Amino acid sequence: MSATAYINARLIDPASGLDSPGGLLVEDGRIADLGAQLSDGVTPENAEVVDCGGRVLCPGLIDMRVFVGEPGAEHKETLASASEAAAAGGVTCIIVQPNTDPVIDDVALVEYIKRQARDKASVRIHPMAAITKGLEGEQMAELGLLAEADAVAFTDADRAVSNAQVMRRVLSYASAFGLLICHYPEEPALARNGVMNTGEVAMRLGLPGIPTQAETIMVERDLRLVEMTGGRYHAACLSTAQAIEAMARGKAQGLPVSAAAAVHSFAMNETAVGEYRTFAKTAPPLRAEADRQAVVAGLADGTIDVICSCHDPQDAESKRLPFELAATGIIGLETMLPLALQLYHNGALGLSDLLAKMTSRPAELLGLRGGKLVAGAPADLLIFDPDKPWRIDEDGFRSKANNTPYHGRPVQGRPWRTIVDGKVVYSEPDGD
Amino acid sequence: MNEFNSSDLPFRHLLGIEGLSPDDITEILDLSDQYVAQNRQVDKKGSLLGGRTQINLFFETSTRTRTSFELAGKRLGADVINMSATASAIKKGETLIDTAATLNAMHPDALVVRHPHSGAVALLSQKMDCSVINAGDGSHEHPTQALLDALTIRRRLGRLDGLVVAICGDILHSRVARSNIMLLSIMGAHVRAIAPPTLLPGAVERMGVEIFHNMEEGLAGADIVMMLRLQNERMNGAYVPSTREYYHFFGLDQAKLAKAKPEALIMHPGPMNRGVEIDSELADDINRSVIREQVEMGVAVRMAVLDLLSRRDGNQPPVGPEDAV
Repeated sequence: MSATAYINARLIDPASGLDSPGGLLVEDGRIADLGAQLSDGVTPENAEVVDCGGRVLCPGLIDMRVFVGEPGAEHKETLASASEAAAAGGVTCIIVQPNTDPVIDDVALVEYIKRQARDKASVRIHPMAAITKGLEGEQMAELGLLAEADAVAFTDADRAVSNAQVMRRVLSYASAFGLLICHYPEEPALARNGVMNTGEVAMRLGLPGIPTQAETIMVERDLRLVEMTGGRYHAACLSTAQAIEAMARGKAQGLPVSAAAAVHSFAMNETAVGEYRTFAKTAPPLRAEADRQAVVAGLADGTIDVICSCHDPQDAESKRLPFELAATGIIGLETMLPLALQLYHNGALGLSDLLAKMTSRPAELLGLRGGKLVAGAPADLLIFDPDKPWRIDEDGFRSKANNTPYHGRPVQGRPWRTIVDGKVVYSEPDGD
Repeated sequence: MNEFNSSDLPFRHLLGIEGLSPDDITEILDLSDQYVAQNRQVDKKGSLLGGRTQINLFFETSTRTRTSFELAGKRLGADVINMSATASAIKKGETLIDTAATLNAMHPDALVVRHPHSGAVALLSQKMDCSVINAGDGSHEHPTQALLDALTIRRRLGRLDGLVVAICGDILHSRVARSNIMLLSIMGAHVRAIAPPTLLPGAVERMGVEIFHNMEEGLAGADIVMMLRLQNERMNGAYVPSTREYYHFFGLDQAKLAKAKPEALIMHPGPMNRGVEIDSELADDINRSVIREQVEMGVAVRMAVLDLLSRRDGNQPPVGPEDAV
């Protein structure tokens, strides 16, 4: 039996509200005990003792929205390289999106992802499966069977189900199994050809825009369909003030709805596009400053439950193109923690509340066992110094891709150890 | 050539009007006036750019702009090569960056580029050692068109400052409109945008223009009426219900023009859709329409731009390491 005692830590467990000094004992890959009683010299005899030096010890992060190129675009990112990136970012569980080639809309493909993940990945990987076959928005995928095969939720990834009747039936059918429908809320006809937020920047650059109303209209529609069907609904990434307001109304009404925001939606605004910077091309698009502030407010007041990285690796070639032709996406696994921590450092959210959005809340929504510090749970842990200053460096990523607009940005907070099933999968390099 | 350096433009490329100062614009227009005179002589050819190579790289079909740049280069004595996307490697999948690297290795002294996507010319310019001139990129900018329009106006009315200029038509998709709005605003003109709301970009009012959906109101008291082309595919229900309806409300005819100042000038960047955005007789009215004059000014303005940008270039660095000193 192997045992490790992590002592001299600041234990934060958002699920229980715990935030106090103490230690945590890991035995055989599971959390065996935690609390103030585990301190220097008061640990089981057989346990290896690790002094955390006062750093925060919390559940490992769970990232609900990660795009990986496997299968089909392994040159962009594999499950193995995404897993390395996740570990380096303090993320112990990633939820991969089904818009791969082939699309994950079949039990065999869910099995494939699980097998690949088990064999090649150091962090936990769960797939979301497609809502509709081929992500075409027409025929429902085998939701029940896919769920039995361990698809943790359903999404058409970066596409919306535009047909309201299809969405109605999906929500209705899924409600029988309690499945979570995770929808990219963007009215496709309004967004068509758009490559950035509609507004002054787009107008000056002569780029076709995506109006905020594309998101609002879709969220409003979806909320009415949830009201009609009782299906569990999750807005995959909200970016606009109006849609957040709509979501708040839906929640106040008692609908079974939740929402996430991508890190990018509060870490940048549309001006980051500057002079056609394709690294700032993302979905949903970077919005105006007022919308960015609304995302922060929505996170603070709980309207937005989850922070996700929207990790979307793209190779250099697909970004070195005219803006309209360039690929969409920003990598995020290795920058999610420090960028999210900016909300803590600038006083928008408390540390525990912030961590809840990357640990316990996604675990609850997806029905995962991780995301909390409790005896008997898998020892998926993150130990980090929330104050440690560093500079984001595009050359320092473990991801295969380096499409980040954050290069050079000074941030605070860096993982010291990332632990999955009791095993250390990432250690901060010495001297860093 | 050192004596010319005092009048250098403070930039290597001409990618747009945005960023130009009133002095830059005035300098280009003043020099253009000289080239207008030169172009009216029987012997039009100079040797200023003798020995230099100009490449016109067009990813979109164009007759008038490409010809105008070609004439401008040749009249300055440069060797001019035309490349169109259909005839080049672009259609074989070569990326824009590779194309730039390839062309750069040929040591051109000026590269004139038109591209269907906004920002593409700026992207290409990052990989070029020579001056790059934007001949139109997507819906972004078409700086030499705005300059030639300004030259046309200045020669007719003697100034730009304080004039009321009404720009009418498909402003949403128009790089000509963006460049003109910027240039005219920089030079102190009052710019109005006249279009149905479906053909106006979001936030266009942020460029300091006054917006009108009623053409007669928009034309009231205007010194200049600048018509834009409306592409056929945008007229059949997508942005406006029909050609007929568009002409009824937004086509320039005698009745609407009567609202403008009596001596107001009519401009159009071409090619015109007669009977769609402009009455055929008006387009040909030599007292009102300066459309042909615009074409003439185009050559002069492009000569001035090529001239000014060439002044900052010495010999270029070699491309390969074996040539390195």
